[in-house]
Amino acid sequence: MDITSLTAVELGKKIKAREISVADAVKASLDQIERVEKAVHSFVTVDREGALRRGEEVQKQIDDGSLTGPLAGVPAGIKDNLCTKGMPTTCSSKILENFRPTFTAEAVRNLERAGAVVIGKTNMDEFAMGSTTETSYFGVTRNPWNLAHVPGGSSGGSCAAVATEECPFALGSDTGGSIRQPSAFCGVTGIKPTYGTVSRYGLIAYGSSLDQVGPIAKDVTDCAAILEVIASYDSKDSTSIDRKRPGYDFTSALINDVEGMRIGIPKDYFGEGLNCEVKEKILAAVRVLEERGAVAEEFDLSLVPYAIPAYYVIASAEASSNLSRFDGVKYGYRAEDYEGLHNMYKKTRSEGFGAEVKRRIMLGSFVLSSGYYDAYYLKALRTKAMIKQAFDQAFVRYDVIVAPASPTTALKLGHSLSDPVKMYLGDIYTVAMNLAGLPGISIPVGTDSKGLPVGMQIIGNCFEEKKIIRAAYTFEQTRAYERPELAKYPDKLREGLPKGLADERSKKDGQADDQAAGRADGRQIRSREGGGE
Amino acid sequence: MANKISDETIEYVGILAKLELSGEEKENAKADMEKMLDYIDILNELDTDGAEPMSHVFPVHNVFREDAVSGVDGSADTLVNAPLKKDNSFKVPKTIG
Repeated sequence: MDITSLTAVELGKKIKAREISVADAVKASLDQIERVEKAVHSFVTVDREGALRRGEEVQKQIDDGSLTGPLAGVPAGIKDNLCTKGMPTTCSSKILENFRPTFTAEAVRNLERAGAVVIGKTNMDEFAMGSTTETSYFGVTRNPWNLAHVPGGSSGGSCAAVATEECPFALGSDTGGSIRQPSAFCGVTGIKPTYGTVSRYGLIAYGSSLDQVGPIAKDVTDCAAILEVIASYDSKDSTSIDRKRPGYDFTSALINDVEGMRIGIPKDYFGEGLNCEVKEKILAAVRVLEERGAVAEEFDLSLVPYAIPAYYVIASAEASSNLSRFDGVKYGYRAEDYEGLHNMYKKTRSEGFGAEVKRRIMLGSFVLSSGYYDAYYLKALRTKAMIKQAFDQAFVRYDVIVAPASPTTALKLGHSLSDPVKMYLGDIYTVAMNLAGLPGISIPVGTDSKGLPVGMQIIGNCFEEKKIIRAAYTFEQTRAYERPELAKYPDKLREGLPKGLADERSKKDGQADDQAAGRADGRQIRSREGGGE
Repeated sequence: MANKISDETIEYVGILAKLELSGEEKENAKADMEKMLDYIDILNELDTDGAEPMSHVFPVHNVFREDAVSGVDGSADTLVNAPLKKDNSFKVPKTIG
C-alpha cells in the first residue's frame, strides 16, 4: 500500500485499525524525505531517530488504549518557528542556527498529546518575513509542481512537505498570508484560524497582534481535525481566547451542503492586478458552490488598497520590538569579535540577521520613532480599525467572502526579493484578514496553463471557522485531490533531475541559486542527538 | 510626495534597531526605506479622523492571576542556550567602566 498518498485522517484510521503500524507510517515519511528532499528542500531538520523512537511509544499507547484520537501515530512536519524541546528551532535564521528550545510550543504539545509524531522542522522565510521561502538562511525550498518556481511563503517548507507527501500534514504560521498563500502555490489546504484560537506560546513572534498558528494538509477534513487538536485556551498566551467546547468542534462542520449560504465576492479583489487564469478558476469554483445552492453576490469591500501599507507598518513595528530579544546574550549566535556590550549587540545582529529581516526591523524602528509615531504607526492602527469595520459590515450580509489567495500562481525562483514593494503587493488578498483577526482557508481549485496550482480563499467572520470549513468541504467533494508528479513518482528523481530543475540549472543565472542550495545541502538534514520529549 | 531619508536619519534608525550597517548597506537601506515610505504614504489619502487606533481586534482585558509561585527554578534551563555563561549567569562584556 502507498502509505504516503493517504491523508492524515485516513492514515490515522488505518493505524487505529492495525492495518498500518506507527513504525511503518513514520518510515514511509522518512523514506519519502530521503527520495525527494534533495530536490525540494522542505526541511531544515529531520529527526529520524527521535521520530522512530517516539513512534514506538505512540504505538504502545495506541495498543493499551490510552491514545484514540484521529492523529495518533500520524507523522507531522512543524514550521521551524515553533519551539520543539531539544530539537533545533532556527526560524531559518543564522542567529538561531544552534538554538535548541527547553520547552515545546503549546500547539505542538497539543499535537503530541494527541499522538502525532514530529518528524522534523520545515523551512521558512527567515523569521517568517517573506512570501517565497527564499529568505531562508538554509537555502530555498522549491515548488513540488515545478522545481524552478517558489513554493510561496513564509510556510513554504510546510506546504511543500505536504505536497510532496514527505509528511501527511504540517503546522504553519500566518502573519499576513503565510499559511494561505503557500498552500495555494503548492496545491494543498491550509487554515489561518481566528486570532486567539491557537496558542502562540512557543511560536517565535514576528507580528504578535497578527500571528496565528494553523494546519496545512491535503484536504479540508484533515485541516478541521488538526485544528480541533491544536486549538485550545492557554493561560500562557495573554491573547488566547476561551471559545468553550462547542467553539472547538471544527469537524462537526464537515457537511456537504451550502444551500442558502450567502457568499460575498469583493469586486476589488477581482479587478486589476489579478491574473486572468486565477480569476477564471476561482469564479468557476464559486459557480460550483452556486450550483450547490449557495447565493453569490459581488460587493464593494472598500479600503482594499490601504491594507498592505497598514499591514507593513504594523508588522514591521511589532517585528522591530519582538526581534530586539536577539542580542547574543541569552541564546543563539554571538559575534566573535566585539568591543564592549553595545558593539556586541550590533555586530551580533548585523551578522545574524538576513537582509529582509534587517529591512523590516529598520522600517519598524523608524515608524515607532518619536516624530513619526503618529504619522505612521497610529495612522496604521486607525486604518486597521476601519478595515475591521468594513469586514463587520460585509459579514452582516454574507456568511463567507471568497477571494484569491494570491494574484498569481507560484512565481519563478529569484524574481521577488530585489523590489520590496513589489513583493509586498503579492499579499494583497491575505493581509487584511490578519489585521481584522478573521479566519481564512485556502483550497486548491485547479491548475493554470503552466500546470501550477490555483488556490481559492474562503474567509469567515471571527469565530466562524465552521462556515468556511463547510463551504470548502462542499466544494472539495466536487473534485479529486491532485498530486504533483513528484509525489506520485519520487523514484524518477533518481534517474536525473526533473524537467523544471534541469531548465533552471542550465541557465547561467541559476548559479547563485545553486550556491545557496549547495550551502543548504550540507546543513539541511541534521540528525538529532539526545533524549526525546 | 517623495520621501527623502537623510544620512542622519539612517544613522539614527541604525542606533534604534541596533544594527551596524556598511556604507553600501546604508545606501541600500535609504533607497528601500524611501520606496517603502512612498508606498505607505497612500494611507494619507484616507481620512482616519474619528477612528480610534486599534491595537487589538477583540475587546480583551488584562488577565490577572493569583500571585502564587508556579513552576520550578528554571535557571539551568534558561542558561542552556547562552553563548557564554559563568556562575549561573549570562556572561557579557564589561558594562560599567
